[in-house]
Amino acid sequence: MAKPPKKTQEDPSTTGHQWDGIQEFDNPMPRWWLWTFYVTIVWAIGYSIAYPAWPGIKSATTGLLGWSTRANVEADIARVNATNDAINTRLASADLGSIATDPELSGYATSAGSAVFKTWCAQCHGSGAAGAVGYPNLLDNDWLWGGDIESIHTTIAHGIRNEDDPDARYSEMPAFGDILERDEIDQVVNYVMSLSETPQDATQVAAGETVFMDNCAVCHMEDGTGDREQGAPNLTDAIWLYGGDYDTLKATVEYSRFGVMPPWTERLTAAQIAAVASYVHQLGGGE
Amino acid sequence: MTDTQPDTPPPSLYAAREPIFPKKVYGKFRNLKWIILGVTLGIYYLFPWIRWDRGPNLPDQAVLIDLANRRFYFFWIEIWPHEFYFVAGLLVMAGLGLFLFTSALGRVWCGYACPQTVWTDLFILVERWIEGDRNARLRLHRQEKMDARKLRLRLTKWLVWLVIAVATGGAWVFYFTDAPTLLVDLFTLNAHPIAYTTIAILTATTFFFGGFAREQICIYACPWPRIQSAMLDEDTLTVAYREWRGEPRGKGNVRRRSAEQAVEAEQMSRAAGPGKATYAPTPYPGLPSGIQGTTEGPGDCIDCMACVNVCPMGIDIRDGQQMECITCALCIDACDEIMDKIGKPRGLIDYMALTDEESERAGNPPKPILKHILRPRTILYTVLWLAVGFGLVFALFIRQDIDMTVAPVRNPTFVTMSDGTIRNTYEVRLLNKHGEARDYNLTVTGAPDVTLVVEGVVGSNVVVPADSTLNQRVYLEAPSGTEPATDERSDLRIWVEDTVSGERAYKDTIFNGRGR
Repeated sequence: MAKPPKKTQEDPSTTGHQWDGIQEFDNPMPRWWLWTFYVTIVWAIGYSIAYPAWPGIKSATTGLLGWSTRANVEADIARVNATNDAINTRLASADLGSIATDPELSGYATSAGSAVFKTWCAQCHGSGAAGAVGYPNLLDNDWLWGGDIESIHTTIAHGIRNEDDPDARYSEMPAFGDILERDEIDQVVNYVMSLSETPQDATQVAAGETVFMDNCAVCHMEDGTGDREQGAPNLTDAIWLYGGDYDTLKATVEYSRFGVMPPWTERLTAAQIAAVASYVHQLGGGE
Repeated sequence: MTDTQPDTPPPSLYAAREPIFPKKVYGKFRNLKWIILGVTLGIYYLFPWIRWDRGPNLPDQAVLIDLANRRFYFFWIEIWPHEFYFVAGLLVMAGLGLFLFTSALGRVWCGYACPQTVWTDLFILVERWIEGDRNARLRLHRQEKMDARKLRLRLTKWLVWLVIAVATGGAWVFYFTDAPTLLVDLFTLNAHPIAYTTIAILTATTFFFGGFAREQICIYACPWPRIQSAMLDEDTLTVAYREWRGEPRGKGNVRRRSAEQAVEAEQMSRAAGPGKATYAPTPYPGLPSGIQGTTEGPGDCIDCMACVNVCPMGIDIRDGQQMECITCALCIDACDEIMDKIGKPRGLIDYMALTDEESERAGNPPKPILKHILRPRTILYTVLWLAVGFGLVFALFIRQDIDMTVAPVRNPTFVTMSDGTIRNTYEVRLLNKHGEARDYNLTVTGAPDVTLVVEGVVGSNVVVPADSTLNQRVYLEAPSGTEPATDERSDLRIWVEDTVSGERAYKDTIFNGRGR
């Protein structure tokens, strides 16, 4: 005799939920599914014992395995340092001029130098190295103390006008407000502006030239092109560290400027200084 | 809301799986499934071994997903990461294809091509070779004592399954690196741990999904059936039972009695005259009296359970459309065979649409399958599918072996040089898809005063290594007082030309000036 096919579950009850007359069968889960669920619970308990899990007031349970993200990061950093040990040694002892011709060394130096620059230098010189008022733009081809890699390296290693490093580059422009008369200052500012062809008052230029030759040409040279030995800026080009307008130049002449850069020998390793020097040198203005 | 069944005891938390022992079946759909099984598994296992010569600098594996070097090779096509839209397009096509097939043919993917179905089919085939057909397997299952024979059969089966599973996981990893090298490395224990882990995981999932979980994956784990049910409509083909033809089902005495009653009813109706007779309901054993129908004779279904016995999902298709049904059509083959034997027309179980039931009950002849398939909806899907497909092929043909991206450096937007020249910096990325290093020449057009300087190079030529990209810093310089230097910004175009083949590509970009 034929029987209707066997149902997997005899008369399953419903959950009691109704929606538009549609009811939901309260069918049980398959056994493997349920066991999987139980296993996940057991797993979770074991996991929270083995790994850091339960938060306390000040810290969390550390877990039996002693796993820690902080330790992992430290291990990672140690591993990277160990990996770079050889090339860092090479970089530190390399002749600076030869870095650019060694693709492996220059590639590493540029990348590492970029990281150093963004960590230590970007605060003043900007993350794109474009500088700011009073902080030189490192992308252009105008250098106060020299733009070849050795000069850049010296500047970074010892800094500018600081008292922390006896080898720091040092020079000081006098504050001419105490030395010159007010109209002499007005004349020399107009003369300086005329060097890059934008004087405010052309009638003052001739008188200004005399003042310039007497007071300024010692450092800035008679033609106004500056002197890198003393960090005296070139006054004839289009680049102004503090600004090339009348008021700014007048302030510069009257009160002088005294830009300071810290020495980095103490804080950075020799390899890091070589790397960041190499990075700055290849930014587009290196000589 | 009231609890509709307050007195029922709480149900148990789990239900044991009902073991399913699909019987061997012959027929056109079974043959089609064998072919699809052979083709899909053949593609899967053999593709990594096909070689394709691309020159000395490129891999010679026809199908290779080179994750380490970010390349995807498919015969003559090479896809770079920035061309990922091809993959996205293929996924869109796959999606539309599934919409098309689902709306036209129902769960045809599930029934024929889904890896779960294909591998389960293969595993059941192995099971049948080793333990015998349905009845033998049922006996073995019911035999509680684990004697030597049962142990031997079980172990042999599991061993063969395991070999298939290992081969499945093993084939997978060959798609990601050079297959012959990896095969040697795998056996000499030199392969990467990721390869072994991947093989282990895929072996375990294949073994478990194909050997033990089987239909439960489709019922409980797979989201696709739930999505598909939203895409079926009343014209979609599904496997269905012609209940109006098959019922009342039964065999032997039931059929004889029901036939006699039909004859009796016919005679009564003739005796009573036109329009006056009522048919006596045919008692049908096994059904409650409430749903007994009137009858005009015994149905074609002889209740032989052939359709149930072959079903890999363990359902009875005569109960109507069910969530579990993957429309593998094996019950059609099984039933057609029985219909042939008892001399009835085929198609008691058949590919049908929902609309067919109403129509056929009303006495209309069966509607041809093609009329179900060709509908505005499926035609729209086909058009969309083809549009994306043609778009991709078009994109494939117009793409070049030379390309470039230009990213202006905006920090700072421009640099004033000592002589007043305005310089803009650009990060240029040059692509060389050739299998050899090429010499690229860079030029700028759009502003006559602007000159192009390539960082670290004399002249404006750059050598880009084979099959790679090169990041190159490029400067554009406008002398003091020229229009680009004094304007806020100027539009210009950077060109790259392959000095060997003459292929050119360009990118439009801007030049930032002093702005006064």
